[in-house]
Amino acid sequence: MDAILLQFLNGLDKGGAYALIALGLTLVFGTLGVVNFAHGALFMLGAFCAVTFNKLLSLEQVVLDETKKTAWGTATEIRTPYIESWFGELGSFLLDYSVPVSILVTIPVMLLIGIVMERGLIKHFYNRPHADQILVTFGLAIVIQEIIKHYFGANPIPQAAPDIVDGSANIGALFGLGDNIVYPWWRLVYFGFSATIIASVFAFLQFTTYGMVVRAGMRDSETVGMLGINIQKRFTVVFGLAAVVAGLAGVMYTPILPPDYHMGMDFLVLSFVVVVVGGMGSLPGAVLAGFMLGILQSFASMTEIKSIFPGIDQIIIYLVAVVILLTMPRGLMGREGVMEE
Amino acid sequence: MSRLTMTRRGLLKAGAASGVALAAPMSFVRGAYAEDFCNMPTGGSVTLGFNVPQTGAYADEGADELRAYQLAVKHLNGEGDGGMLNTFSSKALKGNGVLGKKVEFVTGDTQTKSDAARASAKRMMEKDGAIMITGGSSSGVAIAVQGLCQESGVIFMAGLTHSNDTTGKDKKRYGFRHFFNAYQSGLALGPILAEQFGKERRAYHLTADYTWGWTQEESIKNATEGLGWDTVEAVRTPLGAGDFSQYLTPVLNSGADVLILNHYGKDMVNSLTQAVQFGMREKQANGKDFQIVVPLFSRLMAQGAGDNIKGILGTTNWNWSLQDDGSAAFVKAFGQEYGFPPSQAAQTCYVQTLLYADACERAGTFAPPQVIAALEGFEFDGMGNGKTLYRAADHQCMKDVLVVRGNENATSQFDLLEVVKIVPRDQVTYDPSIFGGELGPADAKAC
Repeated sequence: MDAILLQFLNGLDKGGAYALIALGLTLVFGTLGVVNFAHGALFMLGAFCAVTFNKLLSLEQVVLDETKKTAWGTATEIRTPYIESWFGELGSFLLDYSVPVSILVTIPVMLLIGIVMERGLIKHFYNRPHADQILVTFGLAIVIQEIIKHYFGANPIPQAAPDIVDGSANIGALFGLGDNIVYPWWRLVYFGFSATIIASVFAFLQFTTYGMVVRAGMRDSETVGMLGINIQKRFTVVFGLAAVVAGLAGVMYTPILPPDYHMGMDFLVLSFVVVVVGGMGSLPGAVLAGFMLGILQSFASMTEIKSIFPGIDQIIIYLVAVVILLTMPRGLMGREGVMEE
Repeated sequence: MSRLTMTRRGLLKAGAASGVALAAPMSFVRGAYAEDFCNMPTGGSVTLGFNVPQTGAYADEGADELRAYQLAVKHLNGEGDGGMLNTFSSKALKGNGVLGKKVEFVTGDTQTKSDAARASAKRMMEKDGAIMITGGSSSGVAIAVQGLCQESGVIFMAGLTHSNDTTGKDKKRYGFRHFFNAYQSGLALGPILAEQFGKERRAYHLTADYTWGWTQEESIKNATEGLGWDTVEAVRTPLGAGDFSQYLTPVLNSGADVLILNHYGKDMVNSLTQAVQFGMREKQANGKDFQIVVPLFSRLMAQGAGDNIKGILGTTNWNWSLQDDGSAAFVKAFGQEYGFPPSQAAQTCYVQTLLYADACERAGTFAPPQVIAALEGFEFDGMGNGKTLYRAADHQCMKDVLVVRGNENATSQFDLLEVVKIVPRDQVTYDPSIFGGELGPADAKAC
């Protein structure tokens, strides 16, 4: 029982990340009709916003201590972060909370990156076949990856969660289920965070005029255009919004997975499966499929299940995708006519 | 019915065939011409091929290996302070190149992929005239390149590779490994684990699902079970899984009190970080403190795990904090050149280059059969690992193994590992026949 509950939590956590990435992918596909293979790179860039922010905060003053020598004969360096010597307590606080605080920096940066990407490259591919779009965005993803590797190296760079949520929560004791159910605080935070972001995106599309116009544009951009609305401009903003969602998913994921240049690619393929299973162009479908596949993947890794079906943990997602596409060719919540012309 | 008629074409064919037949015996006696081998250096220089990961997940490790190779070339050519040439027990190398020829090098990118590594090794042999290939930061790659080198008759001095198979079932006459292996990690680590954590422990293994992971799991399992530990479960995880949460949660309720992470590189960083987040450092199980063990440590990788590595036990081939003359000379030369201390990958690559050069000097020729003979059974010292033997039976170096612990009180960003014990060579020496495999012939081959 404990094991099942823990795997369920794992699934929600993983599902949160899949859903956030798939949500952005679907937004872009639904509005601009572009299959964006560089979306994983946006997730990675978000994570590196947190890394850069942390690196800037921890810039250090280096004082050489000539009395002590290193093993290779140079003076040893004494390093103190500038921020601590300038701001004292506040400085240490900022360093401790660098991951959540970096969200404030990530939002404008990712919005800008998204808009530049759409205006600078992707818009030239609107009327080209999907294959061209995939090639160019995949190429872009590789370029972004290599740039990050050039500046940050290939090794993962650890990012710590704030001290207050470091370690794990004794959920079992909270709910009177015994002491064996512990779960990392930060993963609970991540789940809450992804649920909030998903809810905000839906609220934005559902309850604002801007969102209503975007939804109308997703249905029939031509008619919306004829009503005198510059729908292209709004779609550009939506692309920026998708970049922000992916970026935020990346920022908050850094304490779970020390980021490296390749982390986007690792998520990209899975997210595409999520989008296809959810139904191309369906936002609720993407979220539903994200959580569903996350939970299934976690359960498939249980030793009891692996002893019956060895290796099932590595193929479960694709197996489910095959079954769903065979029985429901448009995915869980796909609409008729999307990518079918 | 056919008639025997001699046409012009028939005559030519017959002539060609008899020509081949006459020439054939020559190939059997070719070994007798000692100078007739692949990439025999003819000018005033000799070319070495450094095949390291320059892209991909191990690129940082590859970059450090390349730094070490370049430093070795400098020292061989008499530039710089000479590094370990001054402490090496063999005095055959004089700092005037190898056999009077200036040492040059070419590099290749293995991308940590077997096919890419073979392609770049082939390029270095066929196009660049490399007489020796060295490098690699993965056992899969090392075994693939070693096989190619055996076929081509070019000596391969393995870099960082820890699988038992490299000098076990896949050993080759043309392949040599200075780095230690998973079996030796088990022999060195076992007694320390029993000493620190007691003899009644229940272990849970998470293992990277490829050749290195399997051999390490087996070695550590054998070593710990030999001490009286139980193995609760050994679970294989896909390489590059990223999020290990679904493999870690079953550990919590499995009844195990030790988690053994047979992961390297990014996998190790991720699984260790996440295990700590799941509270495994503070956990109690079976009335004991729960423990995590990482059998193969690397300082470069430890950096990625940050504070999570503190207090965790593992083994390593070499660490820059060692105080012997060889280590000190190497750290000094490397630190002065690059501004930071070398990694264990750098040390093994540097030493391998010097050992090859020294074997050529002692053999008095670059001819592979003689160089192989000079390396086989070679005893040396002064290279940072104590008295070392290049064992003839499997081409595995027998030397001390370091048991290390993540440093709780680091004095610098490089001071990540603390040496718990230098396990002496005789305790990690084993019977080479246990892994099977054949070295194969040492015959010289033309390219």
